[in-house]
Amino acid sequence: MLKKTSWLLATTIAVTFGGVAQADWKPAKPVEFIVTSSPGGGTDNFARVVQSIIAKHKLMEQPIVVTNKGGGSGAEGFIYTKVAAGDSHKLTFGTNNAYLLPYVAKLAYKPDELTPVAAMALDEFLLWVKADTPYKDAKSYIEAVKAKPDTFKMGGSQSKDTDQTLTSLIQDATGAKFIYVPFQGGGAAGVQLAGGHIDSNTNNPNENAGQWKAGAITPLCVFSPTRLQGGVKVTATMGWSDIPTCKEAGIPIDQFQMPRTVWLPGGVPADAVAFYANVLKKVSETPEWKEYIERTSQTDRFLAGQDLKTFIASDDAKNRKVFEQEGWIAR
Amino acid sequence: MENFASLLHGFGVALTTYHVMLMMIGVLLGILVGVLPGLGAPNGVSLLLPLTFTMDPVAAIILLTSMYWGALFGGSTTSILFNIPGEPSSVATTFDGYPMARQGQATQALTLAFLSAGFGALVGVILITVLSTWVAKFALRFSSPEYFAVYFLAFASFIGLGAASPFKTIVSMGLGFAFAAVGMDTVSGGLRLTYGFNELLSGISFLIAVIGLFGIGELMLTMEEGLRFDGIRARVKIRDVFKTVATLPRYWVTLLRSSAVGCWMGITPGGPTAASFMSYGLAKRLSRRKEGFGRGEPEGVVAPETADHAAGSSAILPMLALGVPGSATAAVMMGGLMIWGLNPGPMLFVERPDFVWGLIASMYLGNIVAVLMVLATIPLFASILRIPFAIIGPVIVVVCFIGAYTVAGRPFDLWLALAFGGVGYLFKKLDYPIAPLVLAMVLGDKAEDAFRQSMIMSRGSLSIFWSNGLVATLMLIGLALAFGPLLSSTLGRLLKPKTSSAVA
Repeated sequence: MLKKTSWLLATTIAVTFGGVAQADWKPAKPVEFIVTSSPGGGTDNFARVVQSIIAKHKLMEQPIVVTNKGGGSGAEGFIYTKVAAGDSHKLTFGTNNAYLLPYVAKLAYKPDELTPVAAMALDEFLLWVKADTPYKDAKSYIEAVKAKPDTFKMGGSQSKDTDQTLTSLIQDATGAKFIYVPFQGGGAAGVQLAGGHIDSNTNNPNENAGQWKAGAITPLCVFSPTRLQGGVKVTATMGWSDIPTCKEAGIPIDQFQMPRTVWLPGGVPADAVAFYANVLKKVSETPEWKEYIERTSQTDRFLAGQDLKTFIASDDAKNRKVFEQEGWIAR
Repeated sequence: MENFASLLHGFGVALTTYHVMLMMIGVLLGILVGVLPGLGAPNGVSLLLPLTFTMDPVAAIILLTSMYWGALFGGSTTSILFNIPGEPSSVATTFDGYPMARQGQATQALTLAFLSAGFGALVGVILITVLSTWVAKFALRFSSPEYFAVYFLAFASFIGLGAASPFKTIVSMGLGFAFAAVGMDTVSGGLRLTYGFNELLSGISFLIAVIGLFGIGELMLTMEEGLRFDGIRARVKIRDVFKTVATLPRYWVTLLRSSAVGCWMGITPGGPTAASFMSYGLAKRLSRRKEGFGRGEPEGVVAPETADHAAGSSAILPMLALGVPGSATAAVMMGGLMIWGLNPGPMLFVERPDFVWGLIASMYLGNIVAVLMVLATIPLFASILRIPFAIIGPVIVVVCFIGAYTVAGRPFDLWLALAFGGVGYLFKKLDYPIAPLVLAMVLGDKAEDAFRQSMIMSRGSLSIFWSNGLVATLMLIGLALAFGPLLSSTLGRLLKPKTSSAVA
């Protein structure tokens, strides 16, 4: 009798999930979440939100252990993942740094030694200036920078990372020339802008939202193909959806976004990849996830399987072009 | 006045049986992780974080901050008893705290440390209460040149402190800078001094170095001296605790000066480590009993502990108001804030006053709870020293290695700690000071980043360090501290022949 019920249950589950192979593989021991940033960083928040959602909705039977391995801009975590080849109980959280880091530094892993599982969101980049500057739109600011090359300071987190890549793209597209100042993180770059020590930065919405709300800084445009979601006003007059795209505002860059990615080590069974992709897909459908996306003003976009591979290939090629041009490729 | 009304409201939020119970649990857990070197506050708070996901934000932050206070107190305990600082900021406490313990005054040292720490923390919280709006704005005036000036000040106040030759101090500091440079460089994005070791990518953790240099190095020396702890057989009397409490007012000048240094470094934000070193340096320079420092001078315990906690508690303010964590623990807590759905930043005070003022009120209460609880545990900890070395020695080795492993969970760190133990032993044998190395390791890469960022901003001109009143003042004080002793001795030498000739 019992046997029959469980068999029935299994069939029901298999039917419900449309015959996805996930039923074949399940974690047999606690799963380790490897975070490729230090505690408190953007990737850390991403992983911990996923952890809290999985725990709340009981999407996995096995417990989750989160470890931060943020050394070397995250390289520490990816190398740890590479060494764990074949271990299906280690899930690594990162951004596009997973496949971009090995270009700019000589590291002991190659991107193809990791197995991509999913991309869960795209973080946006905006061009921000101090609120009390005379520049009311991106065009007038860029004109001012062009008039006095090498005097305006653009702040960002770290060197040869997303912020500096974007700065380089802006310089190429407009002919303006900035002094790029690398700080320890986006938060520091945000405070430096609010204090008027730098002239602009390209922070993610989440990193600057507090200062914007307080009226210290203001966004000029967003490097996204469409305007951001969210009709609620952040300040008295503006909300996220009122920010023009940079293309509208006269900076000819269509799109610059950073995917939040999840990886497994190399050499893991396809069933395991499918299992985690399925769990993460369910995570991305919960109200808590929507709330996280809205709070951090990211773009909700779930990619797995072939879509993910295509996305990575094109993002990789785009960034590589900038790296080559700037001479950042480490040999 | 508005702030006081908010604070009273905050006490209303924080003073419930549930919250006070959470404080006690937090402090106890904190002492536990603080006593184990390597486990420390950041790791303890990360471990506890998942449990708070389901709690309401006020209760969650009260639990986490109480654990932080507990860990800070626990860190001082091991500094004094075993010469193993649990946190970077309690390194300066070892200079006089450990000699005191070896002379059989462990109870006094612990009592003084806890009381002055509690005093510093309270001054820090009062400052936050009174000046919260102003302080948040002031911190915005700090950019890379100002940061560099603050770190320079910390180094300068420490120069010429040790009894060792200045050249040995420079060698030790230079080694510290080299260790600090290992890993990925923020400014260039390149790898430095990793020699292809994956384990060195994230740099050398300060804690590993300290566990080796102080803990293991000290044990090797003790073993060589004949397997015993000298003079720590003194009996532990509860009465000693009360007697020491009565002596505290004697150090009022040190307490006030160190609180001022701590608050200043907490909000600027140079951080608790710079604060404790600077305060120790100043106390030694200005004390009437200079020669006692380093040999068990109570003032040498009071000064760093007061500044450490004053800075630690006043540093919470920049975290809340600017969203910039001043320490690793603050960074973990900030991550927590975001998961609980709060956005640290200037608007937090406006949007969630109940949370902010509940937290500030809990800082008053949490510190009082923490001081009472640690004072109660003093006899317990002090009597650990009465255990024969043959038993406690191996236990310390085990604790050291467990600590080294917990920092990042890497077996490689165990070898590193052992190597640092050898270095520490050699340093002691050859009479090289260890403190400058530690200071350079903790503040070295920050100072370097700030200097190079300043150079990028000014396009290579040093004049950026005199470009505004704030940074110029900081640099002048720093230079005066660095070259003051040299100048006064040169002047003294120049003037001496004159006076003698005048007499003749």
